[in-house]
Amino acid sequence: MKPFEFQRATDPSEAVATATADPGTRYLAGGTNLVDHLKLGITAPERLIDITRLPLDGIEELPDGGLRLGAMVRNSDLAAHPQVRSRYPVLSQALLSGASGQLRNAATTGGNLLQRTRCVYFQDVTTPCNKREPGSGCSALGGYTRYHAILGASEHCLAVNPSDMSVALAALDAHVTVLGTDGERSIPVTEFHRLPGDEPNRDTVLEHGDLITAVELPALPAGTRSAYRKVRDRASYAFALVSVAAVVDFEDDGGAGTSAGPPTFGTVRLALGGVAHKPWRATVAEEALRGAPATEENIRQALEAELAQAVPLHDNAFKIPMARNTATAVLRELATGSGTGTPTPENREQP
Amino acid sequence: MTVQHTGTAGQDLERIDGVAKVRGLAPYAYEHQVDNPLYLHPLQATISRGRIETIDTTQAQAAPGVVAVMTHLDAPRLAGTDDAELAILQSPAVGFRGQFIGAVLAETPEAARAAAALVRVEYTEEPHEAELRADRDDLYAPEQVNAGFPTDTRDGDPESAIAAAQVVVDQTYTTPFEHNNPMEPHTTVAQWVGDELVLHDSTQGVHPVRQTLAPVFGIAPEKIRVIAPNVGGGFGSKGVPHAHVVLTAMAAQRSNGRPVKYALTRQQMFFLAGYRTPTIQHVRLGADASGQLSGIIHDVIEQTSRIKEFAEQTAVPARMMYAAENRATSHRVAKLDVPVPSWMRAPGECPGMFGPEVAMDELAEACGIDPIELRVLNEPDIDPESGKPFASRHLVECLREGARRFGWADRDPQPRSRLVDGWYTGTGVASSTYPARRQTGNTARIRHDRAGRYSVQIGAVDIGTGAWTALTQIAAEALGCNAADIDLQIGDTDFPVATVAGGSTGTTSWGAAIIAAAQAFRDRHGDQPAVGAHAEGEAGENPAAQEYALHSFGAQFAEVQVHADTGEIRVSRMLGVFSAGRIINPRTARSQFLGGMTMGLGMALHENSVMDPRFGMIVNHDFAEYHIPTNADVRDMEAVWLDEVDEHAGKLGARGIGEIGIVGAAAAIANAAYHATGIRVRDLPLTADRFLA
Ligand SMILES: Cc1cc2nc3c(=O)[nH]c(=O)nc-3n(C[C@H](O)[C@H](O)[C@H](O)COP(=O)(O)OP(=O)(O)OC[C@H]3O[C@@H](n4cnc5c(N)ncnc54)[C@H](O)[C@@H]3O)c2cc1C
Ligand code: SF4
Repeated sequence: MKPFEFQRATDPSEAVATATADPGTRYLAGGTNLVDHLKLGITAPERLIDITRLPLDGIEELPDGGLRLGAMVRNSDLAAHPQVRSRYPVLSQALLSGASGQLRNAATTGGNLLQRTRCVYFQDVTTPCNKREPGSGCSALGGYTRYHAILGASEHCLAVNPSDMSVALAALDAHVTVLGTDGERSIPVTEFHRLPGDEPNRDTVLEHGDLITAVELPALPAGTRSAYRKVRDRASYAFALVSVAAVVDFEDDGGAGTSAGPPTFGTVRLALGGVAHKPWRATVAEEALRGAPATEENIRQALEAELAQAVPLHDNAFKIPMARNTATAVLRELATGSGTGTPTPENREQP
Repeated sequence: MTVQHTGTAGQDLERIDGVAKVRGLAPYAYEHQVDNPLYLHPLQATISRGRIETIDTTQAQAAPGVVAVMTHLDAPRLAGTDDAELAILQSPAVGFRGQFIGAVLAETPEAARAAAALVRVEYTEEPHEAELRADRDDLYAPEQVNAGFPTDTRDGDPESAIAAAQVVVDQTYTTPFEHNNPMEPHTTVAQWVGDELVLHDSTQGVHPVRQTLAPVFGIAPEKIRVIAPNVGGGFGSKGVPHAHVVLTAMAAQRSNGRPVKYALTRQQMFFLAGYRTPTIQHVRLGADASGQLSGIIHDVIEQTSRIKEFAEQTAVPARMMYAAENRATSHRVAKLDVPVPSWMRAPGECPGMFGPEVAMDELAEACGIDPIELRVLNEPDIDPESGKPFASRHLVECLREGARRFGWADRDPQPRSRLVDGWYTGTGVASSTYPARRQTGNTARIRHDRAGRYSVQIGAVDIGTGAWTALTQIAAEALGCNAADIDLQIGDTDFPVATVAGGSTGTTSWGAAIIAAAQAFRDRHGDQPAVGAHAEGEAGENPAAQEYALHSFGAQFAEVQVHADTGEIRVSRMLGVFSAGRIINPRTARSQFLGGMTMGLGMALHENSVMDPRFGMIVNHDFAEYHIPTNADVRDMEAVWLDEVDEHAGKLGARGIGEIGIVGAAAAIANAAYHATGIRVRDLPLTADRFLA
């Protein structure tokens, strides 16, 4: 680890001014991702600004019925918040499916949004990686790709975004509030993360020095149901192979599970995790399902249509049926009101 | 009248080191207080084969806090270089990626690590080979396989027997590269005091480290002291000293007498601490319609490192497990430009009971009989390998007892017939076995310290198994006193010679020496010894091993659930029933069995070191990417054992329990997964993608 200067921010604007002026400066939040990167030599900043003492750790109700989540709120606290649990179960479930209890106690909302890929080559500085070292090549091409993208990848990078929380936020149409030198701006989560294109070193649309101050969740119409389901290689403490965040309402206002047959979808917001360089909003499937009866057949077809654009790699063709089946199961369960979309007992970790 | 002493062998005694460990007071290698230490960070090769042309350390030398940078250009010359794994920094040659090519010594670990990143190395690369495939044309038959077993065996004419058999199973099974990954990383603290080397080492054997290093450094074994009172797991990977011990001791020759500390990072452990070879197992079974085996063939392909041979004895259990007139086993090995494989919990038996035990499940299905009955039907009367009678073979009892406890009788053999809350659910069984060996070369010393209190010394090591407790209990029983009257002293070469904590031999071999010492003590000093009275005892071979085949046996049962939508696989229930001779302490024994079964669960579902042959590197080299079971993966797991004393296993009557818990566990789970889903997966690990429809 290269020696660096350490400083503690007390004022957001000051922190932004300092960081923007110096390309060698990075923010330190929970440190659960950044400190690993320092040790592994993935990044070697000259200065770290600890932002955890900034007054950005509140959760407030917004006038329009939404919720404002401070960037410094710890993942555990966010998952356990009564408003989040009752109104946005998809978010609470996504957070609880990530990492471990200890990590969630340290990890912050802002840091989680900005966690970097777990691509094994990105994390090993002895191998080429365009994301870590632009122009050096992509070792995953022709390499180990079990955890890589099936959607939206480029020849320059096949990596996926590993965050669970971000997938839920994408499905919720949340916004990220960012403080730059020009003041605050609001970016939809769906536009916050980028596809790799020919600049895989850029994970998001942020500029150097931008500080995430909050995430805003919109109010949801009455009768909205949501769920997060993560499929992984072990019961806990593993990154997603595939995950699904769904936020749906029904035209017949929740006639779910009645003997009259399946209800009719109103709006369907569906995001897939573990499949792309950003949380993948399944807009093709959403479009197909809007106003459609929530039959197994319809749901499956909608997902087949969504995944028709998928391009599997050497080790991950299974993600296509896995994403289809998992999303189908989540939507089926939301429609029939059976379960929470998290049928594995071990998934129901209590905060 | 017999006096009942407390805490003697067989009793449920709490770990005597437990409180200190829970309170963080039990020092592990890195935590021993040494004066004014230096910290080492290694330089590692980034090619798989070739030679170093230039190595520029100027920047590193000048970095803050750096005391020395050592490379092959200036490292001390080693006296013994026969073991190529240990002969580091003696030439510019590179044998595998990740191999040590130097070290930085600095005032802090951070400074050493930062400076190591500043060293520039240029190589001439040679083409390397890092991929084990069955179709390689350079497979060879080693002279022998690990533990001295013959490479190949042949009885009768198995090919013809199988060709003529009514029912045949002919399948290939594979197990992947696996890394031992004990929680405590490999760690060495080295200091030269005059011409003496003192090591605090995380090892499975202090005396073996001394004996291995003495010729490497060209000094008498007595000039090396190795200390290891507590070790956080080894699973075989600390059974022999690996190159980091040599590197640290060499660096300590350049530190002006200051101690040098080095703990491998988790990532480094995937290159430098041994691992289990991947195996490709071709299993052929021939049987009549009733399931009676006529022929068994187990042909294994595996790998070793080009620089040093370690050939795992994978086909060995097939030589003794079931009766068959005709049988052949073989091992063929590829020499690759990869790190050096080594022992990993139950080398041989663990991978070698995967292929055949799944094949037995397939045979049972083909014959339309219950897999337990198939095994019972093929019980041998005598050991098929040696022709000797078994000292004790209670496999059938284990299977029957397990069946009773597990509720096997209610099982519908039809695969994919139970869907419970969206999970296909099934059960499976497999046999387990492990040989009972006693190591010679163990001596214990007993001294009567003060009225009624005895110190018992032996240079054994507790690697987390419970040896502190079990040996205390054995000593108490042998001396006829309470466990609380024993002051056990282990983990130091200052204590009498002892063999490695490996091969499930520790308790029995060290215990035999303690019993011998106690006998010598009582013979000489009687029941009223003077304070200061002492005696030594040495354990020889177990004479019964001449006449009998000594093995432990077990039955593994698993219930597996596979999610109908996602393919996720979970082991909802596991039961192991073991016959392992006398149990010295039910509490620590249970945790050994459960630990083994848990590791078997990991082998079944998770463990997989992914080799990228282009780089010759394991790419998923940390705990986020290399999966072992978490608590949530281990659900209802139970281990029980037959109440038994093996009269042929020496005075102690025990056979050793460290490894049998892992053997057969993966096969039982794979068989249960088949029963759950109707999908037969023959390649480990069993991941969700294999079960997706
Ligand atoms: C072993 C392991 C397993 C894990 N498993 C999962 C998992 O299953 N699912 C999952 O989703 N995650 C998982 N994680 C990742 C974890 O969620 C992230 O590490 C964590 O959310 C990052 O938050 P942090 O506050 O610690 O960020 P830090 O490490 O402090 O920062 C991360 C990055 O964000 C920047 N940053 C932080 N806050 C701000 C801000 N307010 N404004 C601008 N920039 C900022 C930092 O400069 C840095 O670049 C795992 C991590 C580990 C180590
Ligand atoms: S996939 Fe992306 S992160 Fe991984 S090696 Fe390629 S460029 Fe780097």
